[in-house]
Amino acid sequence: MKKHDNQARDELIKGIWRDNPVFVQVLGMCPMLAVTNSAVNAVAMGSATFFVLVGSSFLVSSFRNWIPKQVRISCFIIIIATFVTVADYTLLALVPAVHKELGAFIPLIVVNCMILGRQEAFSSRHPVRLAVLDAVGMAGGFMLALLSLGAVREILGEGALFGVHLFGANFEPWVIMILPPGGFLTLGVILLFFNWFKVKKDEFLAEVASVERSES
Amino acid sequence: MTDGAIRETQSPGSLRLVLTLGIAGLISGIAIIGIYQSTLPTITANKARELREAVFKVLPGVSRMQQLVYRDGELVATEEPRKDEQAIYGGYDSQGKFVGYAIPAAGPGFQDTIGLLYGYTPDRKLVLGMEILESRETPGLGDKIHKDADFVSNFSALSPEPEIVAVKKGTKSLPNEIDAITGATISSKAVVRIINEAHSSWVGRLPPPGSEPPLENPEPAGDVEGP
Repeated sequence: MKKHDNQARDELIKGIWRDNPVFVQVLGMCPMLAVTNSAVNAVAMGSATFFVLVGSSFLVSSFRNWIPKQVRISCFIIIIATFVTVADYTLLALVPAVHKELGAFIPLIVVNCMILGRQEAFSSRHPVRLAVLDAVGMAGGFMLALLSLGAVREILGEGALFGVHLFGANFEPWVIMILPPGGFLTLGVILLFFNWFKVKKDEFLAEVASVERSES
Repeated sequence: MTDGAIRETQSPGSLRLVLTLGIAGLISGIAIIGIYQSTLPTITANKARELREAVFKVLPGVSRMQQLVYRDGELVATEEPRKDEQAIYGGYDSQGKFVGYAIPAAGPGFQDTIGLLYGYTPDRKLVLGMEILESRETPGLGDKIHKDADFVSNFSALSPEPEIVAVKKGTKSLPNEIDAITGATISSKAVVRIINEAHSSWVGRLPPPGSEPPLENPEPAGDVEGP
């Protein structure tokens, strides 16, 4: 029982940090670079992806024993596309302004390789409970990544966060940050940090191991 | 994992594959029809409200509007324009007196089509306001055509005759000139060109001042539909 719980927690948490879909797996780069020019866009994109990924993982996992292996990818795509259409119309009806900003990138969630990747690699092989936890973790990690990029770019590029201006009129916005190059720059810096952190962690673990060996 | 192994050894017949995909497609289709039908009224109401707000913004003092099309040589009020007809909007004040036209127009911008709406009063021959309905101009530069209040206010009493000209920021001196946005000259000029083109195509079709089509529906139009 104890092991069971540990596994569930691990599936939930791994997507947020250790296997973060953006910063570690480097998946879903298209929305990552395209719609993170403001924090609001990032949250809207993150929520839409969250809804699609969790919904698809639930269905794929529920029907995993009925779907023949030969047509599994087509079935996954049908399920994902249906959820994306639902998200598209819901956003259009509820928040037309945000929908206008995101434009073509909502239908393009269908081809986000992170979502199909989770279905193929996880949901189609695991029970519903774990599949949903995994999806929540991965989508949460994706949203976190979008939000951190969106927040940095909006603060530097517009001097604002969620549309609220943070600095006085003297602040000269660093316009390039909300243009495509700003997305690459910010993502590059964050990936640098993640890689640096991984190298440091490995060095630390190696040191601990060598100390333990010399002591014994 | 055992499941996958079993499924691999026995290959299912074509019928099973076709059936699986057929059922998946059917359920997906029903789901999409459901969400489309249930969100359609809200989406239509949002679009109508957006348009009404834009018309009221470009024509100050207007509280009612009706759709007009150019048919058989004159402007007539209609709810349902035909496919090949371009619609414009007549704006009327609270007494039902004609104020001006709100004319939608579109054309190429720096990145993609810019769609806009401008208000025009025929008796003073002036553009009264301009509102961008859709654009994908560069964030931070070209998007100032709707985010920069200084640029938008250029259009609040602008003479479209002779043709509107975009001049370098701060050098506007004539009634037909506007201050272009620094760093977004192409977007500024695109807006000007779109209005000039729409104006020259419509000005000949508008009736002489004083004989505009009267407001047909005396009830305040607009705030009827929508949940």
